[in-house]
This record gives sequence, C-alpha cells and structure tokens, in this order.
Amino acid sequence: MENLDSLTSEALQAIEQAPDVQGLEQLRVQYLGKKGSLTEQLKSLGKLEPEERPKAGAAINAAKVKVQEALEARKGLLVAEETASKQLAEAVDVTLPGRRQSAGGLHPVTKTLQRIEHIFFSAGFEVVQGPEIEDDYHNFEALNIPAHHPARAMHDTFYFDSGMLLRTHTSTVQVRVMETGEAPFRFICPGRVYRCDSDLTHTPMFHQVEGMLVDEHVTMADLKGLLIEFLQVFFEADLDVRFRPSYFPFTEPSAEMDVQCVSCKGKGCRVCSHTGWLEVGGCGMVHPNVLKYSNVDTEKYTGFAFGMGVDRLAMLRYQINDLRLMFENDLRFLKQFSGG
Amino acid sequence: MQFSEQWLREWVSPDIDTDTLVAQLTMAGLEVEGVNNAAGEFSGVIVAEVTAVNPHPDADKLLVCQVNTGSETLQVVCGAPNVAAGQKIPYATIGAVLGPDFKIRKAKLRGVESFGMICSEEELGLAEQSSGIMVLTEGAVLGQDIREHLNLNDPLIEVDLTPNRGDCLSMTGVAREVGVLNNLPVKWPKKHQVPAQLDETFPIKLDAPEGCPRYLGRIIRNINQQVESPLWMQEKLRRSGIKSIDPVVDVTNYVLMELGQPMHAFDFDKLDAGIRVRMAKKDEKLTLLDGKEVTLTPETLVIADENKALAIAGVMGGLDSSVQTYTRHIFLESAFFTPTTIAGKARSYGLQTDAAHRYERGVDYNMPRQAMERATQLLLEIVGGEPGPIIEAVESLPEAKSVTLRAERIERVLGITLNADTVEKNLTGLGFELLKKTDQGWRFGVPSWRFDVSIEEDLIEELARIYGYDQLPVTEPLGRFSLKPHQEASVGLPKIQEQLTALGYQEVITYSFVDRTLEDVLGTDESMLLPLANPISQDMGVMRTSLWPGLLGALQHNLHRQQGRGRIFESGLVFYHKNNEINQKLKVACALWGEHFPEQWRAENKPVDFFDIKGDVEALLDLTLDVDSIKFVAGEHPALEPGQTAQVCRNNKILGWVGALSAKAQQHIDIPGKIYVMELDMTLLAPAVLPIYRELSRFPSVRRDIALVIDAAQETGPVEALIREKAGEFLTHIVIFDVYQGQNIGKTKKSLALGLTFQHPSRTLTDEEINAIIDSCIKDLEAQFNAELRM
Repeated sequence: MENLDSLTSEALQAIEQAPDVQGLEQLRVQYLGKKGSLTEQLKSLGKLEPEERPKAGAAINAAKVKVQEALEARKGLLVAEETASKQLAEAVDVTLPGRRQSAGGLHPVTKTLQRIEHIFFSAGFEVVQGPEIEDDYHNFEALNIPAHHPARAMHDTFYFDSGMLLRTHTSTVQVRVMETGEAPFRFICPGRVYRCDSDLTHTPMFHQVEGMLVDEHVTMADLKGLLIEFLQVFFEADLDVRFRPSYFPFTEPSAEMDVQCVSCKGKGCRVCSHTGWLEVGGCGMVHPNVLKYSNVDTEKYTGFAFGMGVDRLAMLRYQINDLRLMFENDLRFLKQFSGG
Repeated sequence: MQFSEQWLREWVSPDIDTDTLVAQLTMAGLEVEGVNNAAGEFSGVIVAEVTAVNPHPDADKLLVCQVNTGSETLQVVCGAPNVAAGQKIPYATIGAVLGPDFKIRKAKLRGVESFGMICSEEELGLAEQSSGIMVLTEGAVLGQDIREHLNLNDPLIEVDLTPNRGDCLSMTGVAREVGVLNNLPVKWPKKHQVPAQLDETFPIKLDAPEGCPRYLGRIIRNINQQVESPLWMQEKLRRSGIKSIDPVVDVTNYVLMELGQPMHAFDFDKLDAGIRVRMAKKDEKLTLLDGKEVTLTPETLVIADENKALAIAGVMGGLDSSVQTYTRHIFLESAFFTPTTIAGKARSYGLQTDAAHRYERGVDYNMPRQAMERATQLLLEIVGGEPGPIIEAVESLPEAKSVTLRAERIERVLGITLNADTVEKNLTGLGFELLKKTDQGWRFGVPSWRFDVSIEEDLIEELARIYGYDQLPVTEPLGRFSLKPHQEASVGLPKIQEQLTALGYQEVITYSFVDRTLEDVLGTDESMLLPLANPISQDMGVMRTSLWPGLLGALQHNLHRQQGRGRIFESGLVFYHKNNEINQKLKVACALWGEHFPEQWRAENKPVDFFDIKGDVEALLDLTLDVDSIKFVAGEHPALEPGQTAQVCRNNKILGWVGALSAKAQQHIDIPGKIYVMELDMTLLAPAVLPIYRELSRFPSVRRDIALVIDAAQETGPVEALIREKAGEFLTHIVIFDVYQGQNIGKTKKSLALGLTFQHPSRTLTDEEINAIIDSCIKDLEAQFNAELRM
C-alpha cells in the first residue's frame, strides 16, 4: 500500500504542474484510464486475503476520487485561464467607429409632408394627388375665380403657350376630387405649386397642403377646432391660434390663420416680425358656388377647406431661417435632418 | 392704403388707443400692415417768427436772422435762400432733438453766434427732400410746439385690403367699418350742392354703356391754378401717402381718399365737341400723363372727344388734355366704370394707378354726383372759378341686389345663433337695407358699394366679421366612420423613400423647370419639351422631362462644395409632350458618385460602378415581390454611356433606365469622376404581389459548384436563365460567386463560377439525381453558348 500513497502523491503533483487541458487529459488516462496505474491497483486486490480486500479497495477508491477531484479542479482553472487569454486576444477598441454605408435621409419638406399626412390620416382624411400642369378651369374657374377677377392678380401664374398653366395652389385637387366623387368628403392634397415670383421670401416653386371636409353638419366652429388641434399637434406645443377675416373666392366666410410665434411664444421677435403671430395658411367655409360646380347639394352639405404652406411649416418647425436653403440641396444642410 | 388716424377720428372716434384700433381692424378683415408716424421723431421745435434778415459778414450763402419765439428774440444763422422777414417758421430751440444723433446746440457759424435752427420739412421728417425752410401759415401761434401746431402726433395706419373690399379704399369705407365695430354713429361729411353759375354744358355720349353706365361732367371756367393747395389738404394727402401736385389734382385725389370716387379733370380748351365714352379703335395711339405713348387695344374703354382718345377710362388720363398751371377752364369727370371692363387693363399697359385699383374692385355707382359736388365746392374755395351745371349720362346701371338670409343658415354655417337685433343692427350699420322680415329670416338690400355681396353666405361672413372670428366657438367635427380600401400589394412612394434612405441615399427637392440646354445635353427630343411662356429665367425655362437634370444640378452644387461622394434621390412628376398630349408621370431617380463607402478605417473602398447602382435598383424592385416580371436588358439611351446602359423592363414595358452618365453630359456639367444614375416609373413599379407562404422542406439541401467558360461577350443573364429552366423545380437557389477573365483561359473568354443549391420538398435528393440534372444543364449550355465546364 506504500505504493498507493506514493502513486497518489505523484499523480497529484503531476496534475498540479499540468500546463494545459490536453496535458490533464493525458494524466487522466495515465492514472484513471482503463489501464491507468490507479485502476491497475484494483486488479491487484485479488492477491490479498479476502478480509483485507474491502479496506484496501476503499483506500484505492478514495485515492481515485482524490485524483479525480484534483483533475477537475485543475481543469476548471486551466479553462478559465485559456478563456481569459483568448478574450484578451480578441478584445476590440469599442470606441472605434462602426463600418457602414453613409446614412440617407429625407428632405425636411418631405419629413414635414409625411408628418402632416400622418396627423390627418389618423383622423380619417384620405391623401389624394393631382396634376401639376392644370387647365384654367380647375385652377380658377371652378374655384369661383372667373377671368379678370382681381384675385387672379394675387396668383402670379406660369403659363404654357397652349393656355395650360402650372397650378398656383393645391385647391385644384378639391375640384378634381369633388367632380368625380360623392359627398361626404374628407381628404387632404399635398403637393408642389408654382408662382412666378422669386425673391428672399418667395421661391417660384413651393409646397402646399390643401384639406377639405364636407359633411352634413360642418360649421366654422368645427373648422376652428380641427385647425387649432392640428397646429398644436404639429408643433407639439399648446400654441394660440387666431383666425381673422380674409378673402378667397372659393370660401365664404374666409379666414387667414395665424399661430402664436413658435420662436418667442408670442412675445415678438425677428421670426414673427415682432407681431407675435405667424401666418400659416388660409381657410374658410367652402363657397356654395364651388360645391354647386361639383354637384354637391348645398342645402344638405356644408364644408370647410384650408390650405397651408408646407415649406413655411418646415422652416418654423426646424428653425430654418433662410428660404433659399430649401431647394439648393446642399448636402451639409440636408444631412442635418437625417443624422448622417 | 394708408390713412391718418386723426382724419378717421374726425368722423368716428372710439374710446380705444391706436394698438387696440389696429387689432380691431385686423380682426375685422382690414389687415393692418404697419403703423407709421406722421413726422420724424423730434422734440423742442416751436413756432417762431422771423423779424429781420441780414447778410452774414463773412459768408455769401449765409444769412443772419432774428427770430421771435413770442417770449424772446434770438439770433439764428440760416442758409436757406427762401427765408424772409415776417415768415412764421418752425424753430428748433437750443436742446431740440431732431434725430438720434442730432441735438441742437449753441454754435458759431463763420464767427457769428447762432442760437438754434430754422427747420425745413425734410429735417422734420415731413418730406423726402426740401429746397428751403418750411413756412407756416400766418395764423400760427408763436411759441406753440410744432407737433401740436401741425397735429403731428398722428399714427398713419396702413391697411392691406383683400380684393373684395374695394369699398374700404377710402375714409368713408374705413369709418363705416369702425363705426359698426364700436357701435358708434359716424359723423359723415356734409353733402354739398354747388349751384351753377354758368349755363354752359357739354354733350356726353355713352357708346359702351356696359363699360360705363354713368358719366358725370361739369365745366368750371376761370380757375386760378397759380395758388397752392391749403396746408390741411396737403397734410391729409401726405399722410395718405399722396403727393401734392397742384390744386386741381390735389382736390381730385382728396375726394378719392375721402369718398373713394376716382375723378379726372381735363383742360376744357383741349376738348373738341363733346365727350364720347367708347371702346378704343384698333391701333389708336394715346400719350398718357406719364409721357408714355401707348397703342390701345379694342378691349380698352377710353374717354374721347369727337376726334381723339383723351384718357384710358378708369386708368389714366392723357397728357395733351391734362390740366397744367396755365389751365383756365376745366372739365371735371366723375364716372362709374364697371369692374370687368377695367380689370386687368392697367396691368396690360404696364400701369398701376389708384383709380384702376379702385375701379377694378368696384366703386360705388351712386357716388359720382356727391363726389362731383364735393370736388366743385373744394375747387371753388381754392382756385375759384364759375361752375356750370352737372351734366349726367346714365344707361343700364347695375341692378340693385337683394339677398335672403335665414336665421337657421347662420347657425348651419357658423355654429352659433345670433339674435335678430344683432343681425339687423350690424348689417344696416354696414349699409345693408332691411327690405323684409319673416319668421325664418330677412331680406336685405345690398348697398351700391358692395360688389362682393350676392349670396346668403356673404351676409353670414359680414355677421361673423363683426361678431369676431375669435368669438366663434371651437368644436371638434363630427363625422361618419368608414374604413377606406387599403391595398397591401403595392409599392408606393413612402416605401421607396424608406428603402432608398436605408440604402444611404439623401433626398433632394429640385425645381420642376430646368435649363433647356441641360435637357438638350441629355438628348431629350425637342418635340417632347414643354417650355414655359413666362419663365423666371432661361435656366428655368422648360419643364423637366426627367429627374436627372435636377439631380445633376444638385450634384454639381455639392461637388463645388467639396462633397467628393454622394448618393442622392428625388421623386416627383416629370412632364413631356407626346402624341399631342401633356404627360405628367411620377418618377423616382437616383444619382451616385465617388467612393462606394464614406471614408473610414479598414474599409475596402473603391469608386462606385454600374453594379452598385444596379444593386440599389434591385433592392427597390425586390419590394414588388415580383422580380420574375422584371428584366434588365442592355440598351441605348441618349443620356447614358453606351455599353453601360440597361433598360429595366417589366412585362414588356420600360419601367426605367440605369447606367453611367454619358461622357457628353459629364463634360457639359464639368464634373470629374463617373456618375451613375437611374430613373424608374412609379406607376409601372407600383404593382406588387402579396406574399403567399410555401412549405419549408425538412430534408437536406445539396450544393454543387460549377465553373463555366464562355465567350467574354456572352451575357450572363441567358446562361442563368437556361440553368434555371433546365434544372427545374428542385434548384432552389443559384449564386454567381465569381466572374474571372485572365490569361489562362484565353483573352476572349470568361469563367463563371456558379453555386447551385438543390432541395426536394419531401425527400432527400440522391447524388445520381443531382448529377443527372447538372449533366443535362451542361449539355444544353455547351450546345447553346459554346460553354465548357472548367475543371
């Protein structure tokens, strides 16, 4: 049995010095494998007296357990060490930037248009589109603006030789929707419009969104309600909105709507020319002539329409102070709205 | 229009300050654009009298004046040539402030002491420029503050009126509004009747009564134009933004401002045998007051005598018949011209006049006589003379309108009920005549100055204005619920925008009109172009037939700003003429240039090429879930480089184009490096397929790689198509993982490395089966494409 003790201590020492997991495995085979030296000890039990066998057997098994435990302990240690050194070798500088394509993004006007569309869509308004090259009928005549009407002077219209024109407002789409559909109507029409005017505060092309609600019980109080709500939702602020009488041939009564200056909250600043108010669009109750043109029963239905300047809303929303930036398409400007 | 608050308050003076008045006007629809001052900001200027004027001992151009302020006499050195003893003048005392950096101090001018300054109108901010000192009226009280003396603390209110409110282009109109808004009566000016002192009349013929239904004339003989208009009138005109010219013109302008009636005076000696109001003859010439000769069109209404045109009716008088300082006898005109006749006329001759501005909006057709009497009365006071009787020609005046108003309709439109008293009081205050009252409502006569009122809603707007839009309730609209059709299998613009954004493209928005030369360079056929008749400039002269000109412009703009790479896109309508029709098509287009990736560490970067943009096009086409319907075909496009141009076809229609920008275009816009562009038709791109689930196979797939050597010029597409067709349904995936050209296979050849994946839905495929499929493919490839299997 002296042999067993020295064998055990020799094994333990070898385990302690094993350099890696493979070395440990060799030691396991050497001592505990089918032909391992400790396993062999069990085979020598037969040479002992029967009464000595249980005691000797127990001693061998205890030695095997001891070696087994030492193996496992050492293995745990070695695995942990190896994992740690592997992780160390594979560690990266997490502060280096990621590998990627450049970020794309939408133009601030498109972002604004989409936002407006989503807001109205959530209230059941359809989004409709119309042509940009229009005829006189849809741009003027059907909107109660006959030839030589002084209101035509307010629209600096681009013409083609054929007499066709570039629409001066998205109100054209009102007519197109109403002449093909049937009341009630609830829709918005966003899009490009054109006026022959170009200076610091005007671009010859700009964006409008027109909206219309025609139903059996629509009043001017509803018009106020919807538009106040829209502006507050759009600007995400509890801003005052005021309506003042104005004139559009296709609405009666007509109103101009002003929102409390988003920049100074009505105190007066450069953005609002020190008035505290910003003009954001026109609106009114749809003129009965316009409804009649589209065969809507004016005794049964009333409605309102509104139009807003999208570029202006975008500029106010994102605090853009120079209109010229909008269509210059400088990537340094555009990327400010996409994070790229 | 600008008017003086003091003038308004002579007629109606509510107990509110200027700010409140301004807000009230704006909220009633008379938008106040601004409030100006009647004079500059100054203080310390008083009325004084020049008692003596002596030459300066050492300066030819200076005078030494003695000035009496009422309490003392002071010495003032003055350089104005018009200064004279006995004049009452505005005198700036020591300490007076005439501007932000202009304070009057005791001074020595060429050795002579001067205590203060005699002021000109310019120095007081009363005129743009003046040639000498201002001379006050004889009655001016010595020592009185000049601001008080001239009533200079007078805000001048500028209103920007909408075209429907021509009736407010006068004090009469504004006062009427302010009266109703404040529930106050208006002190209207006295209506005069000037008796004729002569019997002399002049024939008036209305040859075009639809344009001029009413024309009044009057001869006034022996006037004296050598005098100046009184200061009060000059001041009222000045504060209305009208320059004083001579007494006759000033009086007509004054009546215009007071009553809203444009008037004109002719030199009676220049008129031949009677007035005719007629349409102009073709090519008739007339030299206008401003000296410009115009050729009249037959649509123009003119005032003529028997021989010649004298004036464009309602727009501007002629030079020859105009009143001059030497004029002794005048013929005064006060007429009603119909808005449709005058509308647009001034503009068509490049003119803009106060008269035309009012006539095209509508002038009260019952005002001409009152205006004629008022003007006569003023003229007699200022220039004297003997008036003849008023001569009036009238034919077919507009019919008096009346409108029914239902109480129930007020509520339908405004969402409020108004009591009958309010309705009646406010509308009659605005000049509407209550003709009839019933249980349901009223019938109102429309006043002759309201051309904008003809239906019930017009009256409702009047009531809402006076009630106050801000007082109307705020409610949420009620509506019926209905869900609209919602097509899922469709690729709309938002999806495309989202995908392109994810692919790294930045959206741009460019003008829809472009430079014609750019369209030419891109090879657009002349017949397709839609030029604007009145473009802003030549570089915005034609409608874009594609989105590429705009993208190239944006690209150029950015390259000039050191943006060496980029990927941009735009969507929108393009416009072209085809088959005698104007086409407006929704398109989406991209351009990319520079390196594939933005500069970064450890990126294998290289300049973009055809397959970068093609890959992006494919990523868009994938959205349809219907790529089998789409093919890329080598093609030719005038804007694109031959050999690097593909037509994108869907079910035999051209869905779009993709390729390298032509060398010609690239040279024209002077951009270095290759540019790749694509454009797709959104209508053809839109149809998509709803995804339908297919069972997943639980059996292993098998991949086989083959390499084929084919002619270098042979397109890969047909090769791949043949394999797909021949291999049949168990070929689930095919990938081209290498294309090789090199010495060891011969210059005219290329090698394609293909990975084929096979899978059966319900069992494991055997090697024999797969080998058989591949063998049959290769046999056909050899036969059709002269392909060789490369070992």
